Amino acid sequence: MASNKKYWKSVEELNENSSIVETLQQNEFVESIPTDEFLGDKETLEASSTTRRDFLKYVGFTTAAASLAACEGPVIKSIPYVVAPDEIVPGVANFYASTIADGFDFANVLVKTREGRPIKIERNDLSTSGGDVNARVHASVLTLYDNNRLTAPLVDGAEVSWAEFDTKVAQKMNEMTGKDVVLLTQTFASPSTSKLIKEFTAKYPNVRHVVYDTVSSSEALDAFQNKYGTRALADYDFSKAEVIVSVGADFLGDWQGGGFDSGYAKSRIPNNGKMSRHIQFEANMSLSGANADKRVPVKPSEQLKVLKALTGNGSVSDLSEAIQTAVANAKTQLKRAGNKGVVITGLPDVAAQTMALECNEGSVVMDTDKPRMMRQGNAAEVLRVMNGVISGAVKGMITVGVDPVYSFPNSAAFTEAYKKLEMSLAFSMKLSATAEVSQLVAATPHYLESWGDAQLKKGNFSLMQPTIRPLFNTRQFQDCLLQWTGNSTKYYDYIKDTWASVLGGSSWNNALEAGVFASTSEVEMEVAPSTEGHEEMESSTGHGALSAALQNGGLELTLYTKTAMGDGQQANNPWLQEMPDPISRASWDNYITVSKADAEAMGLENSHVANGGLNGSYVNVKMGDVVVEKVPVLIQPGQAKGSVGLALGYGKTAAIQEEMQTGVNAYALYNNFSEVQNVTLEKVAGEHEFACVQLHNTMMGRDIIRETSLEIFNTKDASVWNPMPMVSKDHQEIPVTSPDADLWESFDRSVGHHFNLSIDLNACTGCGACVIACHAENNVPVVGKDEIRKSRDMHWLRIDRYYSSVESFEGDVEKKENISGLGSSLSDFTAMEHPSDNPQVAFQPVMCQHCNHAPCETVCPVAATSHGRQGQNHMAYNRCVGTRYCANNCPYKVRRFNWFLYNENDEFDYHMNNDLGRMVLNPDVVVRSRGVMEKCSMCIQKTQLSILKAKRDGRPVKDSEFQTACSSACGTGAMVFGDINDHSSEVFEEKKNNRMYHLLESVGTEPNVFYHTKVRNSNEV
Amino acid sequence: MKKVDFRNIPSQLSLLLLALMLTFSTSLFSQGDPVAGKALFNANCAACHKLDKKATGPALRGVSEKHDAAWLYSWIKDSQAMIKAGDAKAVALFAENNNSVMTSFPALSDADIDNIIAYTNEPKPEPKVAVATATADGGSGGGVSNNIILGALALVFLLLVVMLFLVTGTLKKIAAANGVEVEEKQKGDSLWKAFAKNQFLVMVTSIVLILGSAYFAYGYLMQVGVDQGYAPVQPIHFSHKIHAGDNKIDCNFCHSSARKSKTSGIPSLNVCMNCHKNISEYNGEEDLANGYDKAFYDAEIAKLYEAVGWDATNQKYTGDTKPVKWARIHNLPDFAYFNHSQHVTVAGVDCQKCHGPVEEMEILEQFAPLTMGWCINCHRETNVVMEGNEYYEKIHEELSKKYGVDKLTIAQMGGLECGKCHY
Repeated sequence: MASNKKYWKSVEELNENSSIVETLQQNEFVESIPTDEFLGDKETLEASSTTRRDFLKYVGFTTAAASLAACEGPVIKSIPYVVAPDEIVPGVANFYASTIADGFDFANVLVKTREGRPIKIERNDLSTSGGDVNARVHASVLTLYDNNRLTAPLVDGAEVSWAEFDTKVAQKMNEMTGKDVVLLTQTFASPSTSKLIKEFTAKYPNVRHVVYDTVSSSEALDAFQNKYGTRALADYDFSKAEVIVSVGADFLGDWQGGGFDSGYAKSRIPNNGKMSRHIQFEANMSLSGANADKRVPVKPSEQLKVLKALTGNGSVSDLSEAIQTAVANAKTQLKRAGNKGVVITGLPDVAAQTMALECNEGSVVMDTDKPRMMRQGNAAEVLRVMNGVISGAVKGMITVGVDPVYSFPNSAAFTEAYKKLEMSLAFSMKLSATAEVSQLVAATPHYLESWGDAQLKKGNFSLMQPTIRPLFNTRQFQDCLLQWTGNSTKYYDYIKDTWASVLGGSSWNNALEAGVFASTSEVEMEVAPSTEGHEEMESSTGHGALSAALQNGGLELTLYTKTAMGDGQQANNPWLQEMPDPISRASWDNYITVSKADAEAMGLENSHVANGGLNGSYVNVKMGDVVVEKVPVLIQPGQAKGSVGLALGYGKTAAIQEEMQTGVNAYALYNNFSEVQNVTLEKVAGEHEFACVQLHNTMMGRDIIRETSLEIFNTKDASVWNPMPMVSKDHQEIPVTSPDADLWESFDRSVGHHFNLSIDLNACTGCGACVIACHAENNVPVVGKDEIRKSRDMHWLRIDRYYSSVESFEGDVEKKENISGLGSSLSDFTAMEHPSDNPQVAFQPVMCQHCNHAPCETVCPVAATSHGRQGQNHMAYNRCVGTRYCANNCPYKVRRFNWFLYNENDEFDYHMNNDLGRMVLNPDVVVRSRGVMEKCSMCIQKTQLSILKAKRDGRPVKDSEFQTACSSACGTGAMVFGDINDHSSEVFEEKKNNRMYHLLESVGTEPNVFYHTKVRNSNEV
Repeated sequence: MKKVDFRNIPSQLSLLLLALMLTFSTSLFSQGDPVAGKALFNANCAACHKLDKKATGPALRGVSEKHDAAWLYSWIKDSQAMIKAGDAKAVALFAENNNSVMTSFPALSDADIDNIIAYTNEPKPEPKVAVATATADGGSGGGVSNNIILGALALVFLLLVVMLFLVTGTLKKIAAANGVEVEEKQKGDSLWKAFAKNQFLVMVTSIVLILGSAYFAYGYLMQVGVDQGYAPVQPIHFSHKIHAGDNKIDCNFCHSSARKSKTSGIPSLNVCMNCHKNISEYNGEEDLANGYDKAFYDAEIAKLYEAVGWDATNQKYTGDTKPVKWARIHNLPDFAYFNHSQHVTVAGVDCQKCHGPVEEMEILEQFAPLTMGWCINCHRETNVVMEGNEYYEKIHEELSKKYGVDKLTIAQMGGLECGKCHY
C-alpha cells in the first residue's frame, strides 16, 4: 500500500505556483554549474593551446614514457673506500675476540664482522672462564643495532655535546661535595674499572660505590665471603661429578651466572657404562629439572628442609613420602659418590648456601680456589641505598648499567624520591626508565663498541675490544671517569697499564688476539664494603628469614629468569622476544606458572581455541600491598603443588618498541631481592592469548625421542633399546632401510663430501643457543606475536619439548602397547594427550633432516627443492612459486613459508624494517621474499666457504672446519657436524655409535641428521 | 708523415740551436751524456722528481742554473749531512719541501750526476699537436674509395634495369609487328581471394605467424634484465684501455680482492694514488676523434685528486675527500652467489673470459650476459683444474673412476646443483 505521506522540503511548496519550487524540480543543483561560462566562452577556449585531443595525447605519451622508463634497470652505485683499512677485504669476514660483561651475561666471544660491521657472535674456544655463550649472548649483536638507543648525552632531556656534559657534571659534583652520593653499578668483574672507580671515589670522597645485580646472587656471595674471604661464587665442574643433587638451583639456566652446561653435558654421555646421576628438587619446572634423571617437585619452604636433611642438618619426616624416599636415596647416592658428589642450592638464604658449601667441601666438583667473579652485588647494601633514597638520606645517585626505577621492588616510591634527588646521573645505552627521570644521562656504547677487561674467574682474564666505530655520539663509563678524574689517558691505555702486571711480560697483542689470558697474578678487585661494618656478611634474607617469609600461607612464588629474556636488559631484541621458552614453548610473554591441581582449585584454565592458539585465564598476583595485575596463567606440568613461578625481565616500557612491551613486570614482587615470595592469586576476567608454538605436549608413546635407562643400555643389546623399524615384504620382515623396501632409486654418496649432523639427546640441555645462532646466520625473519600464535613461526631450528603422560616415557610406551579395542584406545589415547603432574621431559632439536630420499623433493612442481650430492637438500628460493606442497609432504614439519614480506614492511616492524637493524644481516645468505618456502640449508654457505678455503690453499678440508651455525653455537657438544665420507671425522664416529637413530626412521626418508638415543640414569639407589 | 716533419723543421731547428746555446752557456759543468742521464734519472730520481713540475721534490729542469755542481754533488750524495752541517741553502731547500728527506745516493759518481744534470738541462719539447691532425686526415682515405665502388656498382645495376626495360619494349614491338598476342595476366586481388578461401593455407599461415611472433616476443622478454653491453657514464672517465692495455697493469694489481674474496672489489682511491701521486698528466696516445686528448685525461686525473683530497701543487693531502660513486656495471641478483676467488685463484680463469677484452675498452661495458644459462654452459664445458691441488686428489680419483673419464667437468663435480649458487 502506497504511502500518502508527503514530505516537505520548504515552505515555498505551500505556494502551488512558486517559481522556486519549479526551478528546484528542474535542476539537480540549486546553483547552476558554470560549465557554459567555461566551455561556452569561445575566446577562452581558442586562446588555450590545449585541445581535448591534445590533452589525451599528452596523457597517453607521458604514461607510455613513464612505463618505458620503468623498463630501464636502476643504476646501482658502488662506492669504494677512499683509504681502505688494511684488515678489511670486502666480502671476507674478520673475527675478533671480545668479551661480554653486561652485568648479567659474562662470556668470551668471537665477533664475526663483515665490511666493518659485527654480524654474529660465536663461542671463543680458547675460553676457560666458565662463562657461557647462551642465546642472549648470541642475540646481543642485534641489540647493538637497536633503533631506540641513545644517540647523545642528555642534560634535562636535551641533547648536548660531551664538553657541555662534562662541565655540567663537574658543576654538579662540586655542588654535591659532602653529600651522600651513591654510585650504583652493575657487576663489572673488571680489574681496570675497579681501579678506576677507586680513583674516582678518592677524588670525590662523598661518592660510595654499591654493586647491584638486577637478579641477585647475594646470599651465595655472602656465604662464600664468610667462608673463604673473597666476595665471589664457587665454581663447579660438573664433568667430574657422579652425583649431582640440586635443591632449587637451575644451574643449566642462569643460576650464579650460568654456563655450567658444557661441563654437565660431558658427564651425561654414557662412557664405559657410566654417567652422572642428576637429582633435582625444585618448585618451578626449570631446564635443570627437565634434564634431571629424577625430578622431585618441592615447594621452596620444603626445599630448605630437603637441603637440611641432605646435608645432615635436619630431617624431612614431616614431608610427603615421595620426598622422603627421594631424599633418602639421594643421600645414599651422594655418600657412595664420595668426593664426586655435589649438592647445590638456589635458595636465597645465606644459611642454606653455607650448608651447601660446607657439604661440598672436599668435592672435586667444586672449585673455591678459582671462584667466579661474575656476581658482586650486595642485596642488603642495595636495599639500604633504596631506602636511603626514599627517606632522603641519599642526595645523589649515579647509575651504571642498571635500571633501578624499573627493577626495584617498590618502584613507585623510589621513582618519586629519585626525581627529587639533588643529582641524578644515569649511564645508559637507552632512555631506560631510570634515564627517563634522571637529570643527566650519559649515552654509553654497546660492548661491541667498547674497550674493556674482565676477570670472570680468578686468574682467568679476558679483554673486550671494539669491533665497530661507535654508531652514535656515545662515551663509555670508564672514559667518562678518566675525564672526570682529570686523567687524560684513554681507557685503552689505562687497561694496558693495568694489564702490565697481569701479562707479566707476555705480549699484549697475543692476549688481545686470543681475548683470554690465564695468569696467576693477583689483581686487586674492589669490593664495596658493608657500611655498617658487619664482620659477617648478612643479607636481607639471611638466616631464617626465608622460612619466616613463607609462613603466611598462600602460594609460594619462585621468581626465575627465562632463557630468552634473562634480567630484561635486551627486552627490545626481537630475536629474544620471539624465541620460544624451552619449557613452555611460549614466546612474547611471561606468565605465572601454576600446577594443575592448584589451577583446578582456583578455576584457572588453559584452552586451545579454533585457530590453534593457546588461551589462558588472568590472575592478579598479590603480595601484601603489592598487586601485579592481569598476569596470564600457564598450567605447568611439574610445578610443585602450592607453588607458582613468574619470570623476571618482562613488562618493560621505557625505550621499548610497542610490539615488544610484553608481559608483566615481576620485579614488583622481588621484595628484599629474594626470589622466593609468598603470594595469593585472584582470578580476574578475560582470556589471555598466548603465542605458543607447541601445543601437542606428549609423544603418545610414539618413537620420536628414543629413550632408555642406563641399566638396560648397559645390559641389553642395542636391538632391544634402539631397534630398527621393520616392514613386511612378501610376508618377510625386512628393515626399513633395506633397498628392497625403498621407493627411491639409490644414489652413490661415497664420493666427495657427505654431510651429516649428529645430535646427542643426552648432551642437549635445550638451552636454545642454536636457535638464535641460526637466526643470525641465516637471516631468519621475525614475524611477531600474532603470526606465531597462528603457528607461522619462521624458526629453521626448533627444539621440541615433550612431557610424559605418566611418570616416565617408558610408561607411555607400555600404556600404548596395552591398549586394545576401541573403548580403551579412545579413553587411553585421550588420557595420553595430557602430561602427567610430574612428567619426564625430553628435548629434541629438529631442523630440516636433509633426507636422502626426501618426500618434499618429489612433490615440488617446479623442482625448486632438489638434492645435492653432498647430502644437503637444496632450496632455490628464486625458483619457488609457493605451492607449499613440500611443507605438506614433509614428515618433520620443518619447512617454513613466507606468508608475508617480512623485510621492509611496516606491518612487521622489526629489525629488518630499519636501516640500523638490517646491518645485522648476513650478506652471504639471501633475504627471502613473500610467497616462497624456506628451511634449514645445513648452512651450505658455511660448508661451501670451508671447501673454497681448502681449494685455495690446495689441501684437504680439516674435519673441524665443517660447521653449521647450530653446531658451532652448541656449547655442550650435543651437535656435531661433519663429513661422513671422511672416516677420521668425529661425525663418522658418532654415526657408528650404537645409540644412533634417525627421526621417524620407519618413513624411509634416510635423513642426514641423526640422533643419539637418550639414556637416563634411573638407578634409584 | 714526412711532410709533417718538414713542416716542423724550422721550429725544431731553432730549438736545437737554443739547446746548444744553453748547453754551452752552462759550461761551468763538465759535459754529461743526456741519454745515459735519462736512464739514471728514471731509475733513481723519477719516483720523487719531475722535470717540469713539482712532485715530492722540486722540478729539476735547469737545476744547474740554481745550484753549482759541487753543491749538487754533495747534496745528492748525502743531503741530510749538509742540513746537519748547517748549509744555509740546504736548510732552506729542506724547509721549502715540507721537510721531506731526500734519499741519499752515495753510489752515484760525479760523472753519473753530470749525466743526470745534462738530461735535466735538455730543453722542453714542443707539444706535437700537428701530428695527430695529419694522421686524422690520412685515415679517411679508405672510406671514400669504398663509397665510390659502391656508387659505381649501383650505377651499373641501374643501367642493367634500364636495358632490361628497353629490351622488353623492343621485344613487344617485334611481337606486335609479327602479330603474336601476349596474354594478359590475372589481377593480384583474385590471388588474395583464393588464399582467403583456402582455409588450410590460412590456418598454416596464422600458425606460422603466431609461432613467429611468439618466438620474437619470447626473445624480447628473455633479454629483459639482461644488461649485456651496459656501459654507463662513470663519474671519472677511467680508461681500462690505458691502464690494463697500454700500461699492461695486471687486473689483480688493483682488483686485488678477486683473489681472496667473493667480490673483485673496486679499488679504493689510495690504490690509485700509489701511482697517480706521481702521474699527474697523461702522456700517451690521444684519440682525438672521440675527444680524448691530453687535456681531457688530465682533467680526469684532476677529478681523482679532488676526490681523494690531494693538493697537487703543494703535494699534500687536504683531508677533504669526496668518495667516488661509480655506476656498478656487473649486477648479479641477490639470490645468486658468485665468488671471484673460486674462479680466479682456484680455477685460474682469465678475467677476460667473463669480462671480455677489458684492456681494449676505453669505456668499460658488460661483456657477458650474466644469465644463468651462460653460467651453466661454462660449467658444463669447462674441465676442473685439479693439477697440483691436493684438495681434488681424492675426489678426482673417485669421480674419474665413476664416470670413466680422465678430465672432469664442473658439472660432473656437482657444479650444476641449485644449492651451489642459490642460498
